[in-house]
Amino acid sequence: MFGYVFYWSLVWDALPQLLAGAWLTLQIAVLSMLFGTVVGLALALYRQKGEGAGARFASAWVELARNTPVLFQIYMMYFGLGSVGIQVSSYAAVLIALSFNNAGYLAEIFRGGLAAVHRQQLSAARSLGLTKLQSYLHVIFPQLLRIVFYGYVTQAVWAMLNTSLGMLVGLHELSGAAQSAQSISFRSFEFFFVTALIYYLIAKLMELGARVVFRRWLRV
Amino acid sequence: MQFVLSDPGLHWRDGWFLLQGAGHTLWVTLVAGLLGTLLGVVLGWLRFSSVLLRIITAPYIDVVRSVPLIIQLVLANSFLALAGVGFDTFWLCVAVLSSSMAVVTAEVVRAGLASVPQTFRRSARSLGLSARQEFFHISAPLAVRTSFAAWVGLLLGLAKDSALVSVVGYVEYMKSSQILITRTHETLPLLVGVGVFYFVICYPVSRYSARLERRMAL
Repeated sequence: MFGYVFYWSLVWDALPQLLAGAWLTLQIAVLSMLFGTVVGLALALYRQKGEGAGARFASAWVELARNTPVLFQIYMMYFGLGSVGIQVSSYAAVLIALSFNNAGYLAEIFRGGLAAVHRQQLSAARSLGLTKLQSYLHVIFPQLLRIVFYGYVTQAVWAMLNTSLGMLVGLHELSGAAQSAQSISFRSFEFFFVTALIYYLIAKLMELGARVVFRRWLRV
Repeated sequence: MQFVLSDPGLHWRDGWFLLQGAGHTLWVTLVAGLLGTLLGVVLGWLRFSSVLLRIITAPYIDVVRSVPLIIQLVLANSFLALAGVGFDTFWLCVAVLSSSMAVVTAEVVRAGLASVPQTFRRSARSLGLSARQEFFHISAPLAVRTSFAAWVGLLLGLAKDSALVSVVGYVEYMKSSQILITRTHETLPLLVGVGVFYFVICYPVSRYSARLERRMAL
């Protein structure tokens, strides 16, 4: 501020690097949401049953994912697995950890949604001759996703923001790319200001995209 | 030339170091939770009561919710540094964490206030209560009832988010474990310790909050 001159041109020069990072961020966010959704649905269904090994496993997963920091989960995948001899790349570590986390949170969101879908929908679908899988895919899940739409989008944005923790395990997603780009000039304010801007844009893009996609598929 | 520590393994006195880290985590969560909640209640009330203020504060809320906390921390840190302001890392962390806590609390408070039926408000006013009396004796107690469980969830979120403040150099539990990992290479026990630490704090509280929510729903 006082006697400090902003050098935005440095950021401009490194913009390709930042955009490559942004692409990685988006990629991990979307993939982890996809995996999280599939696993989260399964966990929610098992939890709904309420008994048996499957339900206990699902409960343990949900509680572990929801009651520990995401950073811990990422460290566990990266350093924890590394220390027992399983080497995973930082990309894989962040993706696995975030998928694990998303699955836990989404399972809880889906559980609320499943409770709101009428029980007889399943029996009705089954008696119309649909297999169990078909009735879930075509009858239950569309209704479920419509109910939990807002929670789902919030979780997606949150997952995207959490990819920024990849910076701490050396992943060059948006934050990591900014971190390494600014380390040449130490103009950290300029770099992270633009980074924040890009995050904001990605968040808005995701919200908009989700709305368009969901409107097309589910007529929310 | 290479420096070798005489005995890099884990010692009992490292337990004290971890305990300090744990204390820092709890302290930063407590202070930021308190400040954030106070700010959030005011912000939520303002956003509930005036359309103009809702529009004015919307960008702030939007930005805080769409930029990762870690970037907010780094940005605040480097901004204060280049502005030449001397500051304490602890208060920087508290400021950023409580701002994010305030934003989420404001939404919960607003939703809580909005859940109080308009008829309650009107009948209170027509019974002769002033606007302030109506707020403190009718709206606020009902809003607290509906939003308390959600607020507990936010506080837990804050406790977990406090693991990020190490990026600006505040040594809380996560960072102190990491420091020990770097020295001792006892990665797994220390990391598992981190998980257990947060789980032991968060799990009972989240169970309590879930039970509360069920009871409210009935």
